[in-house]
Amino acid sequence: MTRLMLLLSALTAVLFVASLAIGPAEASLAETLSALFQDDGTPLTLIMREIRLPRALLAVAIGASLGLAGAAMQGYLRNPLAEPGLIGVSSSAAFGAVLSLQTGFAATFALALPFSALSAALIGVLLVLALAGPRGASMTLILAGIAISAMAGALTSLALNLSPNPYAAHEIVFWMMGSLADRSMQHVTLAVPIMALGWLMLASLGRGLDALTLGEDAAASMGINLKRLRLMLVLGTSCVVGAATAVAGAIGFVGLVVPHMLRPFVGGRPSRLLWASAIGGAAMVLAADIAVRLVLPERDLKLGVVMALIGAPLFLHLIYKTRKELA
Amino acid sequence: MNPLLSLDNLTVKRGDCPVVDRVSLTIGPGECIGLIGPNGAGKTTLMRAALGLMPSTGESSLTSLSPAKRAHAAAWLPQAREIAWPVTVEAVVALGRTPHLPRGAKLSATDQAAVDEALSQMGLEGFRTRLANQLSGGEQARVLIARALAQQTPLLMVDEPIAGLDPAHQISTMQAFQALTEQGKSTLVSLHDLGLAARHCTRILLMSKGRLVADAPPQEVLTPKLMQEVFGIFVHYEQTPTGPIFQPLGLT
Repeated sequence: MTRLMLLLSALTAVLFVASLAIGPAEASLAETLSALFQDDGTPLTLIMREIRLPRALLAVAIGASLGLAGAAMQGYLRNPLAEPGLIGVSSSAAFGAVLSLQTGFAATFALALPFSALSAALIGVLLVLALAGPRGASMTLILAGIAISAMAGALTSLALNLSPNPYAAHEIVFWMMGSLADRSMQHVTLAVPIMALGWLMLASLGRGLDALTLGEDAAASMGINLKRLRLMLVLGTSCVVGAATAVAGAIGFVGLVVPHMLRPFVGGRPSRLLWASAIGGAAMVLAADIAVRLVLPERDLKLGVVMALIGAPLFLHLIYKTRKELA
Repeated sequence: MNPLLSLDNLTVKRGDCPVVDRVSLTIGPGECIGLIGPNGAGKTTLMRAALGLMPSTGESSLTSLSPAKRAHAAAWLPQAREIAWPVTVEAVVALGRTPHLPRGAKLSATDQAAVDEALSQMGLEGFRTRLANQLSGGEQARVLIARALAQQTPLLMVDEPIAGLDPAHQISTMQAFQALTEQGKSTLVSLHDLGLAARHCTRILLMSKGRLVADAPPQEVLTPKLMQEVFGIFVHYEQTPTGPIFQPLGLT
């Protein structure tokens, strides 16, 4: 258990440094790191502090968020196919962002796009909570999430459909693919506090998720307040996924694949999986964001696309493995 | 001494139809109570409503408690045998200690002793490190019973725990419930094996169409007349030197 944590942490640390060292500006690892810590007046310091550091920090924060939320969602629904987008927050946030691009609001000030994405995510989650009803059951939550996702998806298509010119449509489509390129420290200071709030809420769920292994009735009889658990799960997931989507666009598969891959290494315990998936998710997004810059540096490959290209085959492999176990 | 559970006119309605109809009863310490009745008589609903897991009218002494307090007063084993993840048998049984553990704490020596005792009562010592969701149905049932035992509450409510168990484990499970009575604890167990109910229970609750139609020691409930009225069967019931023998013989 602790060995797994050390291993994942070490992997994340190595990938973090690699992410800082890789970019179009040619410089050795030692040069980049010293430029990061010491302002030597060269453009390299500017590049490190304003371009590469925010990018690496966002990769860690978003990866940890998606991994944590995925583990929590799978634990709550007791279903390895669950993922954080299920409750409709990512679709709502994406709709908010697309709307701001379509109307031109995104160009009015620096953080206009993430702000509109966050507002739409908030409206989405309030609707989901209102639809899901007061009792703690999981089924109504899934149905409400699917309904809101479908609605947000339809509105996103409508915005795209009505986009004023091909250039706007192009911009929207590219934004929806998800990317960490050209993000600034402003994005970090906007997203990370909201995510941190969500991390606290999701990290408090371990005990309840463990008890839920035996079903909702058994968990309730073991002293778990299911209403409170569901509220914390929805709010926590909304904070992390809403903030992640607002600054990076839609990045799928992390919340689905990472918990599924790490589950055997934590003895299946949902509480331990929370932490492992957070660190594992950070490593995965860092790795994918490095791949984006290494594979086709001049073509602006999108992170969401690479993530799906890595995630889908991994998922196929996991299905194949599960199939063998069930046989 | 306070009763472990008291119900006063407990009623659960599904639409206009009462599924549990004005049931009043009291469970004191040291009882092993069998809850019997035909399918759909309201046994499961009665137990869930008594625990406050579903809306009801009337009074139950457990529903006013907070979930955390209730988990110290009564343990509940649902009929659905759900083990969602590949966790070890010992980890599943240790979940029964959840109400006793402060948030984030590791199992104490007392908790570990409770887990070990529950494992040995259900004959599961050799299964500790096996993955619970890969065991057979009957073995999983025993793991889940051990989890409920490990919760060590004054009252244990179990829904058809022996369905699907082999005869030896059916008897040892009923004996485990009987053993709890010696510690002053009580068990409310719903079951369809009336022969085992006759031999192991101190008291029988008989439900029919949502009503509690009998609440008495086994020999007063398992009578030919009541069995014919409620189940539509005729039966052989005899006290022998090796204990009561109850056998349904046919349909009336």
